[in-house]
Amino acid sequence: MRADYVAKRVGVFLLIVWLAATLNFFLPRLSGQDPVRATLLQQASLGGYVQTGLEAMVKEYEQRFGLDKPLWRQYLTYLGDVSRLNFNYSISNYPRTVNEIIVEAIPWTVGLLGTTTVLSFALGTFLGALLAWPRAPRWMRYLMPPLWAFHAIPFFLLGLILMYLLAFQFNLLPMIGGYRAGSFPGWTLTFVLDVLKHAILPALSIILVATGGWALGMRGMMVTTQGEDYVVFAEAKGLKSLTIFLRYCVRNAILPQTTALALALGQILSGAVLVEVIFNYPGIGTLLFRAVRENDHFLIQGIVFLVIVALGLTTLILDVIYPWLDPRIHYKKA
Amino acid sequence: MTPAVLRVHDLVVHYHTPQGAVKAADHISFNLKADERLGLAGESGSGKSTMALAILRMIKPPGRIEAGDIWLHEQNLMTLSEEEMRQVRLARIAMIPQGSMNSLNPVIRIQEQIADALRDHGVRLSRREAHERIRALLQSVGLKPQVAAMFPHELSGGMKQRACIAIAISLRPQVIIADEPTSALDVVVQRQVMQTLARVQQELDAAVIMVGHDMGLVAQFVDRLGVMYAGKLVELSPVRDIFTQPLHPYTQMLIASLPSLERKGIFRGIPGLPPLLRDLPPGCAFHPRCPHAVARCQQEVPPFREIRPDSWVACHLVP
Amino acid sequence: MAQAPASQEKAPPSPAGQSAAIRYLRRNPSLVVGIVLLSILVLFVGIGHLVIDTNKARALSAPVMQPPSFQYPFGTDRQGRDLLAVMVAGTPLTLRIGFIAGVLGVGIGAVLGFVSAYYRGKIDTLIRGVADIGLTVPGLLVLIIIAVSIKEGLTVNQMALVVASLAWLNPTRTIRAQVLTLRERGYVEVARLSGMSGPEIIFKEMMPNLLPYLGATLVNAVSNAILASIGLEVLGLGPIDAPTLGMTLYWVNYNAALINGWWWWWLAPIVVILIVFLGLFFLTVGLDEIANPKLRSAV
Repeated sequence: MRADYVAKRVGVFLLIVWLAATLNFFLPRLSGQDPVRATLLQQASLGGYVQTGLEAMVKEYEQRFGLDKPLWRQYLTYLGDVSRLNFNYSISNYPRTVNEIIVEAIPWTVGLLGTTTVLSFALGTFLGALLAWPRAPRWMRYLMPPLWAFHAIPFFLLGLILMYLLAFQFNLLPMIGGYRAGSFPGWTLTFVLDVLKHAILPALSIILVATGGWALGMRGMMVTTQGEDYVVFAEAKGLKSLTIFLRYCVRNAILPQTTALALALGQILSGAVLVEVIFNYPGIGTLLFRAVRENDHFLIQGIVFLVIVALGLTTLILDVIYPWLDPRIHYKKA
Repeated sequence: MTPAVLRVHDLVVHYHTPQGAVKAADHISFNLKADERLGLAGESGSGKSTMALAILRMIKPPGRIEAGDIWLHEQNLMTLSEEEMRQVRLARIAMIPQGSMNSLNPVIRIQEQIADALRDHGVRLSRREAHERIRALLQSVGLKPQVAAMFPHELSGGMKQRACIAIAISLRPQVIIADEPTSALDVVVQRQVMQTLARVQQELDAAVIMVGHDMGLVAQFVDRLGVMYAGKLVELSPVRDIFTQPLHPYTQMLIASLPSLERKGIFRGIPGLPPLLRDLPPGCAFHPRCPHAVARCQQEVPPFREIRPDSWVACHLVP
Repeated sequence: MAQAPASQEKAPPSPAGQSAAIRYLRRNPSLVVGIVLLSILVLFVGIGHLVIDTNKARALSAPVMQPPSFQYPFGTDRQGRDLLAVMVAGTPLTLRIGFIAGVLGVGIGAVLGFVSAYYRGKIDTLIRGVADIGLTVPGLLVLIIIAVSIKEGLTVNQMALVVASLAWLNPTRTIRAQVLTLRERGYVEVARLSGMSGPEIIFKEMMPNLLPYLGATLVNAVSNAILASIGLEVLGLGPIDAPTLGMTLYWVNYNAALINGWWWWWLAPIVVILIVFLGLFFLTVGLDEIANPKLRSAV
């Protein structure tokens, strides 16, 4: 049963990967023209330092994706490239390849996004569970309204507000960037501290907003769970309040909460992209922003593909972990 | 005379809603002897499930036990602290819920659900001892040892119900309250469960309160039967007497409405509907539907009196 | 023994003249807050259109970089736009994008959700599969690809369509879930047995029961659509000449307004966006409350 389940999920993942590549190929061509070619030609005609390189690129592009080639042929060529993770050179940063540039930006985004997502999910779920426990201290009720209010606004909005308050008005934290301009990246203590300092505002904008959402969600699940028959029976068994809370309520409420996490990943990422843009944080988001500005199609496609695949992979991992949390899944048809 | 192990005295439970107070249990009193089987039968909304929860002091807001006492031997349960009451649950008074529904934690194995109850009641056992004890418990309700490591969704309805019984008897309680233990089960399984229940009761020498809406089923199991209507206990007698000499008009009409295997006749129900518990008629709650009602029934609430040894009824018409 | 009259237990009678609607509103503060916030916006835009010359929202219509003054209450920006005019002109544009995309999204989503949940079988697997996979992909990125590919630049309406192309995914899923639970209800069985056709049952029996839920889904979809459109605009992919809220933020970012100290340029769109999202959020919560009575007691 188990292998079945995993195989199915992997299949879905591969489907997503294929879909990402296909989207990247077909969407730009929807209007009937090929914007990639247009940009290449445009860049090449501008002349300048990288002229020869770009001309070579244009030549190669014509050869492989030229107008004389039938569409399905171009598509297959494209799929071939993608499966070898060849995303070509960056148009605006020639002669650097897309892969090079992306690889530089990934650690920043993974660091920011990874940490904040895990933190806010853990903190939010914990808070939400506590808020639903009748034995929780009274003052916790007062946490609800601010959590609610924060949760309603997008990450980047809170980011702008925090930027204004903490960086602009009170000058407590740096306004933009991943580290102080001009300093050299390296594993020194000063640099690491500098990075952390610059990460606080972006991280806070995500954490403050997301925690509220998770807390509210978990609280809702807990309330539903507390009404279940097995919780009534647990109480009739004379179990301690803590036992009921942890093993009967939280343990069951965490299931839909985890599902919600898997579903929310796409949204969280979209929000994080905007946060990075606002803070000029050197991650994938800012990279994407620049690529859009400069019409660097190869870079854009590379980023989009990578992100979709990364999300698909994360969802796959969560899906595979899920039966471990919920023993019923083994036996239910997906 | 065997002493009473449980004495419920004048219990009142109200649920407070925005539209007013719902009188789920209205001045209920009865005694339960040490190895007796008592049944509480009534239709939905008659207050019987409320009684089961109230005895365990598990009524939650907006419900509240407004008045009354519950004596377990010499101890008044109403005076106990939360923690003390928690220790009474399962160890001295145990509940068997409708297990075939959703009463078992879906993500935890059966053995764990037995073990956590033992643990929280201070029973210290080594792994091997616990294992043994659980196996013996399961065996006593007719379940194979393999069930211990299973999850609830792997069990059939009857098996789940028996697992709940196993949990309920794990600490050898003095009183067992079975709340509709066989609804949603088919007839064959019902019989198995009832037999299991009878057997464990005998082994434990415990008293059983069986709550249900299927009068026929409850009657087959119990020694005395109490009939509830609109939150009140209207009759309480040995089960034979209930069927041969029902005293209260409601009981009489209930018995009359039971289809018989021997005789053929017109199906007779009870006209009208039970009243809303927050809007009870004055006087006797049954009087709007009672064919024998007199003026007094509309004005005075009939007291619950013992008119013969062991036969109680709340009706003005009974001498 | 005398019986206390039953009426003593009743709730105190409501003051004369209080209608059921007002009583309900008191129990549902979120709905009230949401409606109030959104009304403020509507009033702002409505009165604004009457009082202010919206042509001033275009570039070069006012002196550049003026801090707020009596003549220009919200100040002006680097391209010489009167920011008050920008807000008055731009807010309805943003709302319009959100509304069109939201309505389209819920419309398509409702149809797909109903069909999928009611008929089940292969079509259900197909629709649900597509929706599930679509939701795994971060919408913003796909929208970016689409927007980048459209060379001519987008108009406001085109923007709405672009956002709508993905807006049906979530509604399909949630509406399908709701219809699935409804489907098993008694009255649907009865309708089926009495010979009503599928579409008839969908429209006459199920839809009326789902209306509050559809309302909440719609507001949610509009909110998401506005978020998506602002997201695209902040990245610079929106209608370049339109004074929408997102584009204003784009220019704020482009000109590093905050670093240069032009706080008023930054403040105006922030506050308006804040009101939009808070208003929509509280409205959703309020509608959710109506749609799902089980959530009513707690908070």
